Amino acid sequence: MQRSLPLPNARPVQEGKYLMEAVLGRVGLWLLVLLLAVLAIAGAKDAPFAAHATIIAVVALILIVVTAGRYDPLAKMQSMFQMPTDPSRYDDDPVRWGVIATMFWGMVGMLAGVFIALQLAFPWLNFEPYLNFGRVRPLHTSAVIFAFGGNALIATSFYVVQRTCRARLAFPSLARFVFWGYQLFIVLAASGYLLGVTQSKEYAEPEWYVDIWLTIVWVSYGAVFIGTLIRRHEPHIYVANWFYLAFIITVAMLHLVNNLAVPVSFLGSHSYSAFAGVQDALTQWWYGHNAVGFFLTAGFLAMMYYFVPKQAERPIYSYRLSIIHFWSLIFLYIWAGPHHLHYTALPDWAQTLGMVFSVMLWMPSWGGMINGLMTLNGAWDKVRTDPIIRMMVMALAFYGMSTFEGPVLSIKAVNSLSHYTDWTIGHVHSGALGWNGLITFACVYYLVPRLWKRERMYSLRMINWHFWLATVGIVFYAASMWVAGITQGLMWREYGADGYLVNSFVDTVAALNEMYIMRAFGGGLYLLGGAVMTYNIWMTLAGRMRTEAPMTQPDYNAEKDRPITTVAAELEQRS
Amino acid sequence: MSFTQQHKKLERNVTLLAVGSFIAVAIGGIVEIAPLFWIDNTIEKVDGMRPYTPLEQAGRDIYIREGCYTCHSQMIRPFRDEVERYGHYSLAAESMYDHPFQWGSKRTGPDLARVGGRYSDEWHVQHLTNPQSVVPESIMPSYSFLAKTKVNVPDPSATLRALRRVGVPYTDRDIEQAKADLEAQADPERDAGDLQERYPKTQIRDFDGNPAKVTEMDALVAYLQMLGTLVDVNSVAAQEELAEEKGR
Repeated sequence: MQRSLPLPNARPVQEGKYLMEAVLGRVGLWLLVLLLAVLAIAGAKDAPFAAHATIIAVVALILIVVTAGRYDPLAKMQSMFQMPTDPSRYDDDPVRWGVIATMFWGMVGMLAGVFIALQLAFPWLNFEPYLNFGRVRPLHTSAVIFAFGGNALIATSFYVVQRTCRARLAFPSLARFVFWGYQLFIVLAASGYLLGVTQSKEYAEPEWYVDIWLTIVWVSYGAVFIGTLIRRHEPHIYVANWFYLAFIITVAMLHLVNNLAVPVSFLGSHSYSAFAGVQDALTQWWYGHNAVGFFLTAGFLAMMYYFVPKQAERPIYSYRLSIIHFWSLIFLYIWAGPHHLHYTALPDWAQTLGMVFSVMLWMPSWGGMINGLMTLNGAWDKVRTDPIIRMMVMALAFYGMSTFEGPVLSIKAVNSLSHYTDWTIGHVHSGALGWNGLITFACVYYLVPRLWKRERMYSLRMINWHFWLATVGIVFYAASMWVAGITQGLMWREYGADGYLVNSFVDTVAALNEMYIMRAFGGGLYLLGGAVMTYNIWMTLAGRMRTEAPMTQPDYNAEKDRPITTVAAELEQRS
Repeated sequence: MSFTQQHKKLERNVTLLAVGSFIAVAIGGIVEIAPLFWIDNTIEKVDGMRPYTPLEQAGRDIYIREGCYTCHSQMIRPFRDEVERYGHYSLAAESMYDHPFQWGSKRTGPDLARVGGRYSDEWHVQHLTNPQSVVPESIMPSYSFLAKTKVNVPDPSATLRALRRVGVPYTDRDIEQAKADLEAQADPERDAGDLQERYPKTQIRDFDGNPAKVTEMDALVAYLQMLGTLVDVNSVAAQEELAEEKGR
């Protein structure tokens, strides 16, 4: 949507003419999209499909107005986002939009999370049909994984790949399409869940047409990223980019295979999965586990590999370790899916393979943690003085904890207790809130002053507040879910002296109420931390700087700052 | 040449790095998933499985739409407590026509794999309308709108045709009769024709207690009432087949 920057010797008249034609051409294109969308509304087989076609029609209409109304799109964008016009600078406006989108969707997703947590504690908070737990839960998971995490990954990858390649983004207009296209995907997915449009495959709920749209966006994303790598001015591809690359390729593969489906009608929202029963289950959890492995691990490790060394001002601890742990991580992760299906009708050999590889996966996971933490060698004092480093260290610590807990839960004997309980929910959140959340917050805190050319964040002390709110929130969350999960798992299998089951199912539900309240409280603290961050970023963007005491204040006492005055004993005697 | 030197080749070449990564991530899936499609004993050979009737399928689509799978599993594991609580452990064959599968991953509510026939239709309607009125400690949301909403399947034949395309063995007659079958199953006054011959063990009755119209409640209750009822897992033939399952 953005024309390329004029070359210094380009003639302005031609440029203007070209622009005029381009604007007309684009108006025509959007008009076509609008017409198709209106036809889809008219022919829609079900109401949600019509609603989605309406969203697309509205977007097309906005684009017509915007395109027709802007003869100088660049100047407008420049004033809005303060992007540098100089081609000798990096192309950062998709990164700036991405950072804002990350924060926006992060707050939406976390709010949805606290809401459904409260629904489990207080069921009267369900408002049928649109705000029932079953419809809001996928909204929460998709909003935090794909909207918050996805925007963070796209934004940081565009930032990192330019810096580590010393080159501007390849295909700048495609990069902008990736950003806006991805937002449209999120809106369609999220509105779909509330309207009841879902494939029911966890973390792959969007229906066939939204999947096709995401495929187009994802291929464009891959093209921009790989194109930039090809244009690099550095001989080597930096390790962070290996992880981003593996993440983009693998997510494409997973998305395509798991979403194979036959739509009932090309004008209806519903489709049926190409696979059935046991094959469908394993395909889904091959996808589901590697959405964690590649979206939430490989991609976020890429963020870690760039931003931790930058913030610590130290090189990565070990180059060898990064090679070993990269290849072993991406190879082993793919095998771990069957541990989601222990003791089900999935054949035993597949369950066992899944368990063995999940246990092995512990090592490369800790390889990444060690490489990140040891990067702080010689800079450990910064954990005390720099709240961003502190957040990164805590993120890596949670990464280490949850990648240890994961292999433990994948052992069949442990899984027989933990599966179907809240223990799994606690495990996921120690990873998601602790690792993904905190590392993203830290990277955003690093990025915001640099992207908007500010000296520093509005307030460093607020970052510290955010750190503690988030950490305490996670502790409440994880601890209450451990207790809830183990309690319920044990209650289900409890036998009395008479040889009969002791608890009815609903007894085990009633027993968890306090834990659910505590979990919602922990989630609320984490959300509050997010609100503090949003305010902090808002004020930074507004160009404000809080006058506050610096984070560390070396001890200084003017009274004591003087030499010791000694009076010699003999002088005293003489007087 | 040390391995870090060798690795430099990959680091300098985007194509090699991308192809290498793709090979590394493709292997696991191929080794684990592909054999499930051709290893014979992955799915037990038991009698009784049939495709869903149009009304049951409509109920299943509502079950999916409402996200029931976020709290209810349909997969009983082979443990003493689960078998006593829910019934015989689930067989792979029992979900062979499930596009998509509904095994679930969380039991905020109980497993539903064999819920069919355990409660009366009236109980289900009352429970879905106001769960706390029958189970006071329940944290389930209410679904009272289902009883008020007419079941809306734009084209029941198209639904069955799409399912046949992904491998469910519906006959031409099933597809042709889809709309009539859907209405007849919820209305005992109507002539159901050969519905029960084509779909053995089909339960034909007015599920929601409202004979005036076929509602989403009819469809959902029809689906819940057939869950786990098709295969007689305790029959001699089925048990013999399961005894053969060595290290599936």
